[in-house]
Amino acid sequence: MSTAEYYTGGEPIADTKAPAGPINERWQTRRFTGRLVNPANRRKLRVIVVGTGLAGASAAATLGELGYRVANYCFQDSPRRAHSIAAQGGINAAKNYRNDGDSVHRLFYDTVKGGDFRSRESNVHRLAEISTEIIDQCVAQGVPFAREYGGLLDNRSFGGAQVSRTFYARGQTGQQLLLGAYQALERQVAAGTVELHTRHEMLELIVTGGRARGIVVRDLVTGEVATEIADAVVLATGGYGNVFFLSTNAKGCNVTASWRAHRQGAYFANPCYTQIHPTCIPQSGDHQSKLTLMSESLRNDGRVWVPAERGDDREPGDIPESERDYYLERRYPAFGNLVPRDIASRAAKAVCDEGRGVGPGGLGVYLDFADAIDRLGKDAVEAKYGNLFQMYERITGENPYERPMRIYPAVHYTMGGLWVDYDLQSNIPGLFVTGEANFSDHGANRLGASALMQGLSDGYFVLPNTISDYLADGPFEAVDEDHESVAAALGAVNERIEFFLNNDGDRTVDSFHRELGRIMWEYCGMERTDEGLRKAIGLIRDLKAEFYKRVKVTGKAAELNQQLEKAGRVADFFELGELMCIDALHRTESCGGHFRAESQTEDGEAKRDDEHFSYVAAWEFAGSEPVLHKEHLEFEYVKPTQRSYK
Amino acid sequence: MKLRLRIWRQSDAESKGKMVSYVIDGVSEDASFLEMLDVLNEELIADGEDPVAFDHDCREGICGACSLVIDGQPHGPQAATTTCQLHMRQYSDGDTIDIEPWRAGAFPVVKDLVVDRSAFDRIIQAGGYISAPTGTAPDAHAVPVPKADADAAFSAAACIGCGACVAACPNGSGMLFMAAKVAHLGLMPQGQPERHTRVLGMVAAHDEAGFGGCTNTGECSAACPKEIGLDVIGRLNKDFRKAAARAA
Repeated sequence: MSTAEYYTGGEPIADTKAPAGPINERWQTRRFTGRLVNPANRRKLRVIVVGTGLAGASAAATLGELGYRVANYCFQDSPRRAHSIAAQGGINAAKNYRNDGDSVHRLFYDTVKGGDFRSRESNVHRLAEISTEIIDQCVAQGVPFAREYGGLLDNRSFGGAQVSRTFYARGQTGQQLLLGAYQALERQVAAGTVELHTRHEMLELIVTGGRARGIVVRDLVTGEVATEIADAVVLATGGYGNVFFLSTNAKGCNVTASWRAHRQGAYFANPCYTQIHPTCIPQSGDHQSKLTLMSESLRNDGRVWVPAERGDDREPGDIPESERDYYLERRYPAFGNLVPRDIASRAAKAVCDEGRGVGPGGLGVYLDFADAIDRLGKDAVEAKYGNLFQMYERITGENPYERPMRIYPAVHYTMGGLWVDYDLQSNIPGLFVTGEANFSDHGANRLGASALMQGLSDGYFVLPNTISDYLADGPFEAVDEDHESVAAALGAVNERIEFFLNNDGDRTVDSFHRELGRIMWEYCGMERTDEGLRKAIGLIRDLKAEFYKRVKVTGKAAELNQQLEKAGRVADFFELGELMCIDALHRTESCGGHFRAESQTEDGEAKRDDEHFSYVAAWEFAGSEPVLHKEHLEFEYVKPTQRSYK
Repeated sequence: MKLRLRIWRQSDAESKGKMVSYVIDGVSEDASFLEMLDVLNEELIADGEDPVAFDHDCREGICGACSLVIDGQPHGPQAATTTCQLHMRQYSDGDTIDIEPWRAGAFPVVKDLVVDRSAFDRIIQAGGYISAPTGTAPDAHAVPVPKADADAAFSAAACIGCGACVAACPNGSGMLFMAAKVAHLGLMPQGQPERHTRVLGMVAAHDEAGFGGCTNTGECSAACPKEIGLDVIGRLNKDFRKAAARAA
């Protein structure tokens, strides 16, 4: 069936910055061909960095160290609270400290394969090369990674990898890496190279003379709307998982900075690639405001099961072994409970759809530690997972040592994001995008412990090297407040604020956000169909119209107004949600985190269509009918194969 | 369950605040404390009233944004638990709950339950880091770190910067927060070169920000959701004495 009624086709797009030549020399080549900025001239150049997570704080700190003048923004009250802080598991690096056969090439290979052949080989190889430098850098900053008794770094295998390449700091790796970047950032604040603006939200991108030249920000305490002009703008504003309302993201995570840039012309790539994490605590009721991830490491020792018969509402302890279905072990004997995230998630949905789910609403499966406790003893299990068990008990009131945990999949990470070239520059000159906010390295599915790696790779090592090639042409012509583009951006922001505050509505922002989230989860979640996506697009359009008619925002513009903040974010989520559905509809293949029910193997696994879909879908904003630009993907080093975890 | 809430309302930093009573019905025991406030806010908006402003973000106990004094205790009654991880099953039908912001001279109220904790960032700026510009690092295995030191450093580094320690302290001291960072970095070999300048700089910034002095009451550690121990304060005092003697 044609999907052409929802979009128009545009010119193909290419990554013109990626060098040719052997893949292991490309990054070195690009660093040599890229122009440099004389150290004395760097202080004449101003760079805005939006976001203070791993990709933002590391970039701001490093650019400051290099001598650029940096303005760094975050909406939180401190840069240390960015959502990178919540990453639990670890960070991959091809150190081969375990002598188990790991190498840069193997990490590259695993990442391209894990991304289901929808990422760029050049980018992924660079990421694997830089991975080792990241660990060195973080250790030098004093990050307290887990260590062996001999004083050397400990590693673990993570997310089904066959080598132990994951570095970790208990279950709080993201926290420790972010604090390292935050401390480096604060050092630059003290040194005067970085100006930090907390409790400020970017609400518009300023494009002047074809270049990204600044942003419009709102001071979230006073409500003052102001502009900041610079020679380049870096967005490190994270992912868009909160379009689903319920996700493992922090409540403040939003797409507004990226979406405003998109509306100004930046292409949005692969928006439908979302990662659903299989081990989250299920929803307990209508009050639910977010979902909490339980680290994937639990699947190393926990066994996943549901009752064999539907409607079996006995207590889990009363269900004998013979009447349980350990469905992952049954369906995937080789990998069992350790199958990749997307497979584990879909399998959980499948058994719940059959009516065999457990807990409230039948939306949950058991993750059972009884065998592990028998085998290893309660103390050993507690030593490994004590903090997670404690967290589970606080949230659910159930004791997982005595009763199996209940888990269910939840939205966790978004692989899609603003389109960037090898230099991490978007199609708007001077607009760079790092971390989860860009689309570049994970293809259609991200491997465990690779998000932290990419955020820090982009921020510490890639961007500070590539941005100089652009800044070598600066400083650019002065832009003042009266410039047409600045006045227009400022005017648009103020108009939006006035609209929300003056709208004579009767429904809260959250009620709309919840409803949008339910549509997205139902039709653009774990499993997508042609029929469902078409329906979702219609529902979103109707709900969006109702939102503008009925949304009610209390309070004033010139004050701390959390409802006003939310209203702007939800308005942008509506437009993003529609684009996600259009992207998912047009991609009639299944790949990675994008599962189209029409495209599956006989065993129910995702079936790619390399002949028609081996490309990045980069969408240009054009109102309700976006324009599709395709970037063709070449695979010279890793030959595309169909994944199999049987 | 049905609850009576008495909440601190203050429209901005300059205004005078007061406790205001609200009644909320139908609260699920599975809801988190912040979800209970979400429900209250939805009701307030429906009635055309200004919803209650409070800081929150990750809602999984790690970002350190949430900051409520509940019935006089920072983060409420449950040990080692942030406000966002506190659940309503800790309460019973008919309870009255008092909800206030952090109260400390160095943390002025911004609005309702939101306070300004930027003084913590200024303490970090004054030395709470290791100077290791990007690209200058030796191989990660160049310097072994004894496991016991790495573990102790981690325990101190687990601080989430929420400020409950300050809110709990009768002197409004930021000693536990500062000492946790001094201990984390001072336990690592990489942190040795700046050990003395760090502690002097951070203590000066702490005092300048208006935090009170430490008199070892221990309320800070009791309120800490990450259970950071008082031993870090002993460590800081020792480092400070040595550093001050050298600088003299």
